[in-house]
Amino acid sequence: MPDSLLPIRIRNLRLIKGDRAVLDGVNLTIEELGITVIMGSNGAGKTLLLRCLHGLIEPDQGQITLGNLTVADSRDQQAMVFQHPVLLRRTVLQNLAFAVPDIAKADPQQLLAALDSVHLADRANQPARMLSGGEQQRLALARALLSKPALLLLDEATASLDPASVLLIESLVKAQSKRGTKVILISHDQGQGRRLADEVVFMSGGQVAEQSPADQFFTEPRTPVAEAYLAGKILF
Amino acid sequence: MNALAEALRLIVTLDADLFEILWLSIRVSLIALAISAVISLPLGTWLAITRFPGRKVVILVLNALMGMPPVVVGLMVYLLLSRSGPLGWMGLLYTPTAMIIAQVVLITPIIAALSHQVIENLHQEYRDTFYSMGVTGRRAIVAYLVDARFALTTCILAGFGRAIAEVGAVIIVGGNIDHLTRVMTTAIALETSKGNLTLALALGAVLLTLSLLVNALVIGVREYAAKRQYA
Repeated sequence: MPDSLLPIRIRNLRLIKGDRAVLDGVNLTIEELGITVIMGSNGAGKTLLLRCLHGLIEPDQGQITLGNLTVADSRDQQAMVFQHPVLLRRTVLQNLAFAVPDIAKADPQQLLAALDSVHLADRANQPARMLSGGEQQRLALARALLSKPALLLLDEATASLDPASVLLIESLVKAQSKRGTKVILISHDQGQGRRLADEVVFMSGGQVAEQSPADQFFTEPRTPVAEAYLAGKILF
Repeated sequence: MNALAEALRLIVTLDADLFEILWLSIRVSLIALAISAVISLPLGTWLAITRFPGRKVVILVLNALMGMPPVVVGLMVYLLLSRSGPLGWMGLLYTPTAMIIAQVVLITPIIAALSHQVIENLHQEYRDTFYSMGVTGRRAIVAYLVDARFALTTCILAGFGRAIAEVGAVIIVGGNIDHLTRVMTTAIALETSKGNLTLALALGAVLLTLSLLVNALVIGVREYAAKRQYA
């Protein structure tokens, strides 16, 4: 496992789109290993924050450090699973092998073991894009985990998957977290938050409204906006 | 009607003159295509995935070159290869090599511009994932070329279609010399002007058949790719 990227410090992060600040002074420190779940209504800035953290978006203002590293310097220790997995127009096994920087050094046994861990070993030679949505997401996760990342980011990776696929992906994420990978995931699913989260970051209006241990967040949220969100009220 | 029957006879009996012309046409076009593909596919891919000042101007010029009149290409290559031109010392004018050069100049912008469009679309889809996986530079270019292989095959076949049907440039730099640089299109032009419609029709039929085969191949490749979700 690579060096820890903790603590993750985000200071006064601002991102402007048009004439609106979609991230409006985000301040956040993540110090502990385990699973941090980012929650919040649509448009709260969750995905944008994750993309800034991964280096996919350059913020207009603010600073992010991961341990002693910048976002750019930590990139090869990060992996991200997107809501809609993008798989190459190749077989399942070739998709996985592509995650190995020097493909000549790819260990077939290691690749097959990785496929087996996501229950796709019997699909190794099928075209990857013919897999179901849940299978594609499992393959994307296996591909992300192959690099043994210190930080794993998941952007609503289980949205629109069937319950069995959700539970399988959750078990893989939990196992990876126990191996020492810091996991940050975005979810709208409160059930998933309760099952996975050690800590919850709640976002609203492009800012972090609340950061709490999971137990506390789901039983006694500290902010009215989080309380309303958990009660299923529409937030404007 | 007699000319048509005679043309058919030439094809069926594998007439030596006809097949000499046919073979030279295919050879010149395939070599030009191979050289052009090696240049144009990486160029189109590189233009699609990199950003640099003046990139849009390069793309604009490339697109404009797609419509370059063949006779202008022929004239340019002629000036380059003529005895008083910068490459005149090579003695290539009126040889199949000169025709290959002209065809490369003609089809490289076409394949590069088409492949640029194909790869740009793929890049929209792959960009974030490749960034996340740290796939850049040469590795990214190879990956795009591999993943767009079926769509790029269509681009290449379009280039081949253009090359094999070309007449203006190759007649200028090749000279349409019998048994040396006479290809299907130049032979058709010559035989028609002489009133010898038999050979012209036979060559026309072969050219048309080749065009149909290329198009059938394009459709076949597309269907195979779609079936395997590789499109």
